[in-house]
Amino acid sequence: MMAETPEKKKKEAIPRQKMPEQEARIRARNFEEVPFGYPAELAKLEASRCLQCKKPACVAGCPVSIDIPSFIWMVLQDDFLGAARKLKEMNTLPAVCGRVCPQEDQCEKMCILGKKGEPVAIGRLERFAADHERNHGQFVMPPKAPPTGKKVAVVGSGPAGLTVAGDLIKKGHQVTIFEALHKAGGVLVYGIPEFRLPKAIVQAEVDYLEKVGVEIKTDRVLGQIATVDELMANGYDAVFLGTGAGLPTFMNIPGENLNGVYSANEYLTRSNLMKAYLFPQYDTPIARGKNVAVLGGGNVAMDSARTAIRLGAENVYIVYRRSKKELPARIEEVHHAEEEGIQFHFLTLPVKILGNDDGWITGMECQRMELGEPDSSGRRRPLPIPGSEFQMGIDLLIVAIGTGANPLIQSTTPDLQTNKWGYIVADPETGATSKKGVYAGGDIVTGSATVILAMGAGRKAADAIHKYLMG
Amino acid sequence: MFPIVETRVLASAVKQFKVLAPEIARKRQPGQFIVLRTHEEGERIPLTIADADPDEGTITLIFQEVGKSTAHLGTLSKGDSLLDLIGPLGHPTHIEKFGTVACIGGGIGIAPVYPIAKGMRLAENRVLSIVGARTKNLLILEEEMGKVSDFLRVCTDDGSYGYHGFVSDALQDLLDQGTHIDLVVAIGPVPMMRVVCNLTKTRNLKTVVSLNPIMVDATGMCGACRVSVGGRTRFVCVDGPEFDGHEVNFAELVKRQRAYLPQEKQSLEAFQHAGGACGGGKR
Repeated sequence: MMAETPEKKKKEAIPRQKMPEQEARIRARNFEEVPFGYPAELAKLEASRCLQCKKPACVAGCPVSIDIPSFIWMVLQDDFLGAARKLKEMNTLPAVCGRVCPQEDQCEKMCILGKKGEPVAIGRLERFAADHERNHGQFVMPPKAPPTGKKVAVVGSGPAGLTVAGDLIKKGHQVTIFEALHKAGGVLVYGIPEFRLPKAIVQAEVDYLEKVGVEIKTDRVLGQIATVDELMANGYDAVFLGTGAGLPTFMNIPGENLNGVYSANEYLTRSNLMKAYLFPQYDTPIARGKNVAVLGGGNVAMDSARTAIRLGAENVYIVYRRSKKELPARIEEVHHAEEEGIQFHFLTLPVKILGNDDGWITGMECQRMELGEPDSSGRRRPLPIPGSEFQMGIDLLIVAIGTGANPLIQSTTPDLQTNKWGYIVADPETGATSKKGVYAGGDIVTGSATVILAMGAGRKAADAIHKYLMG
Repeated sequence: MFPIVETRVLASAVKQFKVLAPEIARKRQPGQFIVLRTHEEGERIPLTIADADPDEGTITLIFQEVGKSTAHLGTLSKGDSLLDLIGPLGHPTHIEKFGTVACIGGGIGIAPVYPIAKGMRLAENRVLSIVGARTKNLLILEEEMGKVSDFLRVCTDDGSYGYHGFVSDALQDLLDQGTHIDLVVAIGPVPMMRVVCNLTKTRNLKTVVSLNPIMVDATGMCGACRVSVGGRTRFVCVDGPEFDGHEVNFAELVKRQRAYLPQEKQSLEAFQHAGGACGGGKR
């Protein structure tokens, strides 16, 4: 029992270390990353809080089963590069996960220290080790199995695809990634803003995969330039589909096609992928609103709202039909948004978007809601309060209420089974689809989820593909 | 990188590039488009594939220099390369033996009409083509259209060449003369497509239009190109680019096309001020 040893008492006395970060007032006007990351001393102090449990619960909470106590121990021993290598054994993208994983629902949720006080800041330590390696380490070719002569096509270069590629290349297979956009990284590049995940970090991870031998073909829209069957006919022994849930959802209310109404995908793609926040240095424009509303309460809504404030908005409102308790966004993101002055309108549902003769948005009509009985998602169902309609004056609206499956691959692969929402049906343990040699994972199977869950699915699919190829 | 192997000036501010892109050349069908980028800081520009030669591995792109991005594209010459070229995108034109097909192109819209007329002719349709431009020196592809058409009428708004009037007037003449037409394909500026559709609607004559809204990714991801068709929101990039012209809300399309006019003006002026040299440079 570790419960009441003096050792544990001592560790509880050290508080969870905060990461130094840009002051809210300043950062709300720039696109640089919010936290600076731990300096080495803080990282070691935080690492010293870890109890080094014999049966670490945190590992069970990690979708890719990182040996968390070991990497933290290495941080404590000043072996920062060793810590990074330990992370990379199980996680292709530690610098990314250290930033965007919902640790509070995963590894940190399971940490014993969290029972009485605050859990070890595992995510911050992961970020520290990965950043240290990127900034100070030299490229070391990881051990690779001898070439198998097998070729795998990975469709989509988001978290799932990058993980599959990273795993299979080490197992000796030839791997080609096909990416539709002009840059690899998927949602890490087009979706998550610079201030939360600097693009140079994603690029470094992509560069690493290329150095290890993964071939990356950008500008290839699969389903158009080639079908899955054509890939198989052209020498690929297996195909992994990690195309994500990229189709934006709108509310289907009047006025949604007015100018100044964006899907979050469009708003964030303009800003992140096309760097419209640097217009006119970059050519792609973006509408800058004074009074901006963002519909939805997830991380994408927070990213959109925080982008809008950085683009100079005076007022940015998150409009969410449930209450604060039901917000699906990470607590940290909600907290950052609040600090930056984002205003929250809970229990509010837009019913109509208002515009002028030029086709530009001028406002929206909303309805107040109250919470009823829990629905199928387990969250209390929002119900409109009759007669509660009111108008909000806004000049930009960003719709961040979720995404669906892009049908391009499925519609050109007739024997690929999909469910009623258009997502690909795949075995949760192996990623195997209804089509022989074709695997799928990430959002295109589950619908919108997290980076780390997509990576977990990629890991399982890579193992299954390896077995399939060698069996 | 996608090398430009041939450039031609077709009309004032209208240029034609042949670009080496063997994969796309093999795959593309009439009605489909590509997206290109010229340099790292550049926009993603959607352009119809006007023609392709699978043996040579080239595709033909035709564009009018209207804003900064197309003006910059126009500064490229043979031997230069496009940074990115993505395609083919969108659904191909539905081509079959309809009987008599009227192919109508206005201005730069003649470029997307050309491969469709060619495809319709190959499918043994009788192709009646009407092409028009504001004035003679803006007219493109007259000879090419002539080769793939059973009948060609050339119009200019100002009467400087051919039929004096709009393409819709020429179509009206044909219909008034009792010419039987089974299908109309009309591509050009929105006002032109709207007028043609109004005319054919009264005669219950099926009319296909190809739309060119603002796009970003052009793969169905962003919804910038959404348009109302028959009261439903559709994405032009993945649901189109062709739709039943009688169902399209053209008024909305025009407004959406104008969404970034101030920024486009700002970009173009800065570009012209810099003497047409691009800040990003060719890479």
